[in-house]
Amino acid sequence: MNVQALRRVDGLPVPAPPEVERRGDGLAVSIHQLRKSFGQKPVLRGIDLQIEAGEFVAIVGRSGCGKSTLLRLLLGLEKPSGGHFHFGSRADQTAPFGAVRIMFQEPRLLPWASVLANVEVGLGEEHTSPNARERAIATLREVGLEDRRDDWPSVLSGGQKQRVALARALVSRPRVLAFDEPLGALDALTRISMQKLIERVWAYQGFTSIMVTHDVAEAVTLADRVLMIEEGEITLDQRVELPRPRERGSPEVAALEGQILQALFRNTSAGEDA
Amino acid sequence: MKVLSAAARHSERLTEWALPFGIIVAWEALSLAGVIPQRIMPAPTAVIAAAWKLTLSGELLRNIWVSFWRAIVGLAIGGGIGFALGLANGLSRRSERIFDSTLQMVRNIPHLALIPLVILWFGIDEEAKIFLVALGVFFPIYINTQHGIRSVDGQLIEMGQAYGMSPTTLFWRVILPGALPSIFVGLRYALGIMWLTLIVAETISASSGIGYMAMQAREFLLVDVVVLSILIYALLGKLADSTARLLERWFLSWHPAFQPATEAEA
Repeated sequence: MNVQALRRVDGLPVPAPPEVERRGDGLAVSIHQLRKSFGQKPVLRGIDLQIEAGEFVAIVGRSGCGKSTLLRLLLGLEKPSGGHFHFGSRADQTAPFGAVRIMFQEPRLLPWASVLANVEVGLGEEHTSPNARERAIATLREVGLEDRRDDWPSVLSGGQKQRVALARALVSRPRVLAFDEPLGALDALTRISMQKLIERVWAYQGFTSIMVTHDVAEAVTLADRVLMIEEGEITLDQRVELPRPRERGSPEVAALEGQILQALFRNTSAGEDA
Repeated sequence: MKVLSAAARHSERLTEWALPFGIIVAWEALSLAGVIPQRIMPAPTAVIAAAWKLTLSGELLRNIWVSFWRAIVGLAIGGGIGFALGLANGLSRRSERIFDSTLQMVRNIPHLALIPLVILWFGIDEEAKIFLVALGVFFPIYINTQHGIRSVDGQLIEMGQAYGMSPTTLFWRVILPGALPSIFVGLRYALGIMWLTLIVAETISASSGIGYMAMQAREFLLVDVVVLSILIYALLGKLADSTARLLERWFLSWHPAFQPATEAEA
């Protein structure tokens, strides 16, 4: 991981507020024969996956292929039907509080809490600790919304809401961050700037990223590795060796995107939900 | 809170009161002209005179206080139980299975139909009125609390769980605030029922209170006092509703419906 070389991915200065301690070490994720069925319907049919510490993995696949279910299992929002997974190098180790965080497709901000209070949700029980407020404010600064801290979420735009949601996910300095199509509902321009923001904080903080997306271009632009899940199984594991920052629409990105899309459509007849 | 200027806010207030004030002026004018006979409908000035007389004797304030006290105690008891059961049945399917169908059966009995029974049980003492008010306010608060809890955004609850909230934290930070708009709807509805119940109960069986005052006045053909009693009910009702709105604006200041119309940034 050449994290240091990535400190300026989009030409913007990387904010490094001194009051934010840098944990900087992602956790590896080991998944063994993970299975999940809803009733009779198998959604994941035995996933085996090793994700290195600090790696950025993107998971693509058609709707209903089980990619979101995988994230929900890792977050403990669903119980696996079989198999197991662990974070870090040792199987008996449990991840500490706030070490694994998720960003949902929707911002899911509490409408009755200010922007700052919403970020503090990410601190959990720690929100009463003396420097909690400073940490939350510093994280808001990282996503560029420090001046909106006292606003209600309802007055923010869609992109700003997702930035608050990102701050909430980041404030506990997670070591694994799961993204469940977090940019799916944003317009194209906001989406690109959010991608840059995510890449920047990832490069700076060094957490392990697992991003589920249906946008192959997004996957290729951001990830070290693109996985494809089809019918509950990993059918493609593609390393992306392109140097960062990657230009959207550059020939290399486009070529790889085409390759993955081709694999995605190989078993898809025309008109099927891609 | 509002971005309206003080003057604009003032004129908004005035608009609100223009219609009732206009009606009173027209009423007075028609009474003076003899179009409305005094025996049927006394002039507003006559009503004010009656109010003044009853205030001096202390009767008016005592009766208002008695009615107000019954209303508040009934609301506290019925509303409290309704809120507690609404929470319990909203949060727990098991509790809902035990209580809900029984409560729905009781709900379909008009509570005022119980007046003869209540008089047999409690006579015309305070308990009778308080019992009826409590029963009347119970259902709107119960139903709306339960509905509010049930309709809290499941995605927010899931977010809370994913972010490690304990059940207690989840309740205070996500579920209760999410249910609050619905609970307030129930409260405002309950306030209407509260006055309605009290009027009927006091008219039929009481030895004090505004309803009693009105019935006494009817016996002595004091139309002005009857009208006064009705107006006092209207004012108390309005007061209760305004208080509920004030609380609503305070507790729901996050809600887009209670926010000044500022534009969301693009």
